[in-house]
Amino acid sequence: MLQQLFFAYFAVTIIVFSILVITRRNPVHSVLWMLLLFFHIASLYLFLNAEFIAAIQIIVYAGAILVLYLFAILFLNIKEEVKVNRFVGAWPTGFTFGIALFIVFILSLRSFIAAPPGNYSIELIKAETHTKALAKVLYTDFLFPFEVASVILLVAIVGTIVLAKRRLKS
Amino acid sequence: MTIDTLIHIAINIGITIINIAIVFAVAMLHVAYATYFERKVIGHMQVRLGPMRVGPHGLLQPFADGIKLFFKEDVIPANADKPVFYLAPVIFLVAALTSLAVIPYYQGFVIADINIGLLFIFAMSSLGAYGIIISGWASNSKYAFLGGLRSAAQVISYEIPMGLSLVGVMIMAGSLNLTEIVNAQHESPYGMFAIPQIVGFIVFVIAAIAETNRTPFDLPEAESELVAGYFVEYSGFRFALFFLGEYIGMFIMSSMAAICFLGGWTIPKYITDVLPFLSYVPGIVWFLLKVYAFIFFYYWIRATVPRYRYDQLMAIGWKILIPVALANIVVTGLVKILL
Repeated sequence: MLQQLFFAYFAVTIIVFSILVITRRNPVHSVLWMLLLFFHIASLYLFLNAEFIAAIQIIVYAGAILVLYLFAILFLNIKEEVKVNRFVGAWPTGFTFGIALFIVFILSLRSFIAAPPGNYSIELIKAETHTKALAKVLYTDFLFPFEVASVILLVAIVGTIVLAKRRLKS
Repeated sequence: MTIDTLIHIAINIGITIINIAIVFAVAMLHVAYATYFERKVIGHMQVRLGPMRVGPHGLLQPFADGIKLFFKEDVIPANADKPVFYLAPVIFLVAALTSLAVIPYYQGFVIADINIGLLFIFAMSSLGAYGIIISGWASNSKYAFLGGLRSAAQVISYEIPMGLSLVGVMIMAGSLNLTEIVNAQHESPYGMFAIPQIVGFIVFVIAAIAETNRTPFDLPEAESELVAGYFVEYSGFRFALFFLGEYIGMFIMSSMAAICFLGGWTIPKYITDVLPFLSYVPGIVWFLLKVYAFIFFYYWIRATVPRYRYDQLMAIGWKILIPVALANIVVTGLVKILL
């Protein structure tokens, strides 16, 4: 009962905050609602006993990415920005497609089959700490996808440096 | 759920609240007297007396300052973004205070003994950056805005070497739990990680000073250029909130240095082997001594070193501290595998 209540609270607030993020006229206010949203998502991870993911959610998304967003937004002219309409003219079309997709998701939930449980039960993760369990799986069973993801990120980093550096010695 | 478990939960919550009250009160007293000793120490270093008027040797000065701040007029700029302006100091202070919850002060005394203690402190210190940035933006003032921008860049840059410098400690201790890090140090032959992790320790100390916006990295509030930086438009008690947050941040960084590098509440076994009577000293004494030594170091640097230029600050962070910290991680990892 308590669990359902907790989940209901986080689910409802996450949806409300997401709507607030996209409807605020002032982009700085959007960012602040987004910050609150990230904290609620982190709480959901904690709720799933995924404490490491929760901490990383805050450090990477709230601490790094959102700060960079805020940094970029601070250079906008907020007085002009507030007057501009927040949504493009074709938003009803997008809204219709969004609703349609949502209905498809709801319908497909019926055929949802839970995957067979792996070795890691909640008790095992609690005994071993979530960080250690995650690290073991990432660096043994899923080493290849993990490395592929890091190479893709590295490519993005090199790409930004190439783009930002105007004069390249050809 | 039976009545027994409910009573059990209620007792646990009660104990936690009492612990929070104790830590909060002690932290507030420490902040008050940190300001007093800062003025005294810097005064004596500059051959002055420091505060002398209120009470014997100015001992009641912090209370006089507090009362003054509390009763000052609360001025809000006409074009400020009011809700955000009110929110900024609260975010800054809450982020600092929350970190106090995971710090183990002595064996077994910690409000929340969580497995990701170290990451929690990183998360909260990155949240503190929001308080600074949005206070600079919401004030609608050029000085505050520039201070906020500088601080944003500085905090993002120095969080990376600070995190990387602690990775060596994580590798050696094999845990992110602060209590376990202290225990691992007590078990290790060195007694404290500052000896094998000397490179990480130096990087951490520099990054910690930059994280807390203290001299020589206090560009966000450079008085001669920006008046007071991001909190220039704040007055009265809102200013006091920023002040409290900054000093609590200093105490958190000092506690982190004490816990992760200097052995927390323990002293190395080779010292207690030679001088066995020292093992009867309660752990909190050692912890506080280490924290006070670090706080004194902050004052000492402030009295000695001039402020860096902005490009120097960025160059130190990105070109020296981050590569050094990365090399430290590689070496520590290799040593851990090979030995």
